[in-house]
Amino acid sequence: MSKSEVHKYRVSTEDLQQIFKALSSKDYQNIGPIQRDGAIMLEKIQSFDQLAAGFHEDLDKGVYRLSQKNDGSLFQYTVGPQSFKKYLYPPRRKLWAATKTGNGFNVEEGDQPPAKMAFWGIRSCEIRAIEILDRIFLRGEFSNKWYEKARQDLFIVAAGCTKPSGNCFCTSTQTGPAPKGGFDLSVVEVIDKKNYFILEIGSEKGQKLVNKIKLQPASPAEIQNADKLLAASEKKMSKRFDPEEAAKILMENPDHIHWNEVAKRCLSCANCTLVCPTCFCSSTEDITEITGDHTERWLRWDSCFNGDFSYIHGGQIRPTTKSRYRQWLTHKMSGWYDQFDSSGCVGCGRCITWCPVGIDLTEELLAMKS
Amino acid sequence: MSDKKKLAVWKFASCDGCQLSILDCEDELLLLADQVEIAYFPEATKTIIEGPYDVSLVEGSITTPHDALRILEIRKNSNLLVSIGACATSGGIQALRNYLNVSKYVNAVYAKPKYIQTLETSTAIADHVQIDYELRGCPVNKYQLLEVLGSFLNGKKPTIPDHSVCVECKLDGNPCVAVAKGMPCLGPVTHAGCGALCPHYYRGCFGCYGPMENPNTTSLASYVSKNGLADGDVLRLFRNFNSASPQFSNESKRYETAK
Ligand code: SF4
Ligand code: SF4
Ligand code: SF4
Repeated sequence: MSKSEVHKYRVSTEDLQQIFKALSSKDYQNIGPIQRDGAIMLEKIQSFDQLAAGFHEDLDKGVYRLSQKNDGSLFQYTVGPQSFKKYLYPPRRKLWAATKTGNGFNVEEGDQPPAKMAFWGIRSCEIRAIEILDRIFLRGEFSNKWYEKARQDLFIVAAGCTKPSGNCFCTSTQTGPAPKGGFDLSVVEVIDKKNYFILEIGSEKGQKLVNKIKLQPASPAEIQNADKLLAASEKKMSKRFDPEEAAKILMENPDHIHWNEVAKRCLSCANCTLVCPTCFCSSTEDITEITGDHTERWLRWDSCFNGDFSYIHGGQIRPTTKSRYRQWLTHKMSGWYDQFDSSGCVGCGRCITWCPVGIDLTEELLAMKS
Repeated sequence: MSDKKKLAVWKFASCDGCQLSILDCEDELLLLADQVEIAYFPEATKTIIEGPYDVSLVEGSITTPHDALRILEIRKNSNLLVSIGACATSGGIQALRNYLNVSKYVNAVYAKPKYIQTLETSTAIADHVQIDYELRGCPVNKYQLLEVLGSFLNGKKPTIPDHSVCVECKLDGNPCVAVAKGMPCLGPVTHAGCGALCPHYYRGCFGCYGPMENPNTTSLASYVSKNGLADGDVLRLFRNFNSASPQFSNESKRYETAK
């Protein structure tokens, strides 16, 4: 047996359940994909049974449909509208509050970051997205303290993607479909007479957690089954482009005629940025009680598609939808390299699925080429 | 005499729902009454204190010659004038008359039409006088209303975002009904404020808050139409509480032939 095989185990759904329990007993809050209102959503869960089971998806541009089979599968869909970002960088949070006193005011602390979290079924593209968020928020002296704390004791159970959606393109962005590092445990689900998973341990923390669980080493044939599924998954992704070339084309074409075309379709609704696992823009809002005695400062997700977001003294920097779409795509796919050493896109396809008029950024990129 | 700011609440053509939102403030209403002098608010109190007023909240649209004059007087008597609700900000549901012949309605509805004096159209307050602030909604959201009043009293800009309902929808974690269920939803072109109430209950947004800051109604309409929504339904999508807002009105007219 070669060295790499030693670290792979064949585990059953029941074994995963043990892992789930082990995490709970170590005070981790398990968070994972559940089915709610016709979509895969990421929520805090108390029991393993809450995980979405038997779900399959059918995605297209601006279209998301789930169906359920009796196959007991756990990870045969990809991603829903949410990303785990919402737990590391919540959509809304109170930063601080102030209350008037006799001759001054008291400042009160805002919301506190969660303690130990365990993310279940996180896909390779999203692990890469969290690494991008790390580069954005963890900057020594200028770190985002909330993020830092939320990130500190994170346990990651990854799932390899064997059934990419029609909107996935992680082969182009080189961010998937097989999780490569950045996890504590990782599984690839094999659908069989009795489904099993090939488990890989990715960290000491992961090793320690499973130490007490009796795991059965996977056979070479079983490992090969999982590898074949991942290789096939890569082939299934039909959207292709070269990110480095895209970055160049975008930077060189701020006046391309095609920006007008996409602006005719774009609603400037901001959905694409709100579902993106790497978009991180936010605004602060002050809410003052009518008496003027108490005020709260809140942080909430914002978007380059919102007019107020680029409002400075005298007006908006980006008043048109054209300038907003261009800002989004050019920053994400091009300017990001200079700022954060990579593209801002990990190829998850969420922005394509959840755009209410089905705009596909990979098609827009290709159109800029001509 | 108190040195509190004087607040007046005026009613024009409307259902009173927005005024009820003020009364619905309950706990905060007492705080409000502490901060301001409620000088004119017939729905709540018989006391009438003469103007001028520091703030006038105006509910309802202008539909009669008499009201068209009355709003001029109110403007003269008010330091700050805030129009509240879909009727006051875009003409309301009653602006559906703008697309038809009013005398036909009058004849059909009233036993003695000759007693009825009405205008051809229902129009927003801003079409008649200069306003200082508009608060959207059918009805307005009571927290937003308190935010506007509180901001006025405390000298800050009200926190009332003008982005799409989709932003609230995503922040609240609703799976999108347009994408996941194929329902027509006005959220992408509608002004935020309701907290994405309808999508939260698995319905498409009805557009109660009127057009958002830069609505692309044409793209949304042609998308839902291409996906099978009949022209008459596209027309009705844009013809409800804010049908007379310029953007919704123009879009609905494009689908008029199919009524
Ligand atoms: S830009 Fe779109 S495809 Fe790329 S990471 Fe963001 S949501 Fe995913
Ligand atoms: S690209 Fe799509 S999701 Fe993004 S702002 Fe435009 S219409 Fe909305
Ligand atoms: S349900 Fe409607 S409001 Fe919510 S995101 Fe979808 S289109 Fe926007």
